[in-house]
Amino acid sequence: MEYRLQTPLSDNDIKCLRSEDVVYLSGTVYTARDKAHAYIRKEGTPISLEGAALYHCGPLIQNHRVLSAGPTTSSRLSRYTEEILSLGVKAIIGKGGIPAEPFKDRAIYLAYPGGCGALAACQLHVCNNHLVKLGMAEALWEFQTTDMGPMIVAVDSCGGDLYREVRRRVQAKLRQV
Amino acid sequence: MERNDVVEATVRALRVAETSLQPWVLELIEQAAQKETDPIARFHLFCMLENVRISKAKGLPLCQDTGLPIFCLEVGRELRLDFDLRAAVAEGVRKATKEIPLRPNVVDPLTRDNTEDNTGYGIPDVIFYNKPGCELHITAFPKGAGSENMSLVGMLNPADEPFDFILEAVAERGANSCPPLFLGIGIGGSFDMVARMAKRALLNMPGNSDFELELMKKINSLGIGPMGLGGDTTVLGVKIEKASCHTASLPVALNFQCWANRSATEVLK
Repeated sequence: MEYRLQTPLSDNDIKCLRSEDVVYLSGTVYTARDKAHAYIRKEGTPISLEGAALYHCGPLIQNHRVLSAGPTTSSRLSRYTEEILSLGVKAIIGKGGIPAEPFKDRAIYLAYPGGCGALAACQLHVCNNHLVKLGMAEALWEFQTTDMGPMIVAVDSCGGDLYREVRRRVQAKLRQV
Repeated sequence: MERNDVVEATVRALRVAETSLQPWVLELIEQAAQKETDPIARFHLFCMLENVRISKAKGLPLCQDTGLPIFCLEVGRELRLDFDLRAAVAEGVRKATKEIPLRPNVVDPLTRDNTEDNTGYGIPDVIFYNKPGCELHITAFPKGAGSENMSLVGMLNPADEPFDFILEAVAERGANSCPPLFLGIGIGGSFDMVARMAKRALLNMPGNSDFELELMKKINSLGIGPMGLGGDTTVLGVKIEKASCHTASLPVALNFQCWANRSATEVLK
């Protein structure tokens, strides 16, 4: 199924989504990677993330224009999932997958096509930078977007995890070959 | 040949590498997209092709991770240069960082302070080779962290089977390396040699020995698929570089390269 979502996201918006669905997202998207996550853990979030979509991304930006902004590897940031979701984030966007347990009954994980930085640049517009001091790639950028996507629901709020399914099949196959 | 020629050629090589793929790389992705049977995988491969099209048309970097600057310089034996080649390439990197632009990726490993110009201690990494004649070939090979972070060296027991080690490593690490992958493999030599061989293998793609083709077939049969979401297309190229080794050693290195296998060469005479 294909869905079009608008931020801020509610529990109702995400509870019907299932692993393998396709999503296009409109509204506000915040970026955060290693340093922004560490900052939030230490100092708290500089902005409200209630109902937010948080993008694991270190964008390339020049003069407030997004030049390239594909997803970064989410597994590096999985140690922060619990506290990020407790701030009210309803969708995490990234690539490569992330442990699914913290998402149960509260949020989804969306896979944006990895390496597609130029594609994403055409969909994202800079609104603000909330942690300028962390530097371009590590800052907490606020983007506006219309139909950011396509993204695949890889972890849903009902325990579905597409990466886990694939991993299970890969391990079974590995034993055969 | 003047110093500034090298600076400018470095900028040009980086610009081409960051905003386009070599025809053989693009062709492999196109062929995979046509053959792929998994719908999510197909859709990812078409997104990648669309990304390449946008990147080239608008001059936007393919990926926001514009990489760690790595260069291979093939230096003609008859060349006489009165300047420091490494420093000229570094200046090219600083210029490219502003002009293309590139994301500032280079930090101190301990303080994590960013130099903001993509140079630092020992960076850019410049690998020198000699060649006959009086030309200088500058190959830019920017390497993203996603796939580089998954790369590994194994000091195997000579009784171990390198094939199994490679398959298990890809099964475990492939999904985070932005597949479909190009896999550079070093076998033999020493601890440090084998990693360099794996990197060089990526530049000398694709391989077509029986061992390489067999490995490619087996990896694709695992079903990891583009971005680890399942599918027929996990690896687009496998290349092995070999060196003799100590009778008690079996070093094996895997250098993962994401689907955006970026490189470009400029030739100076």
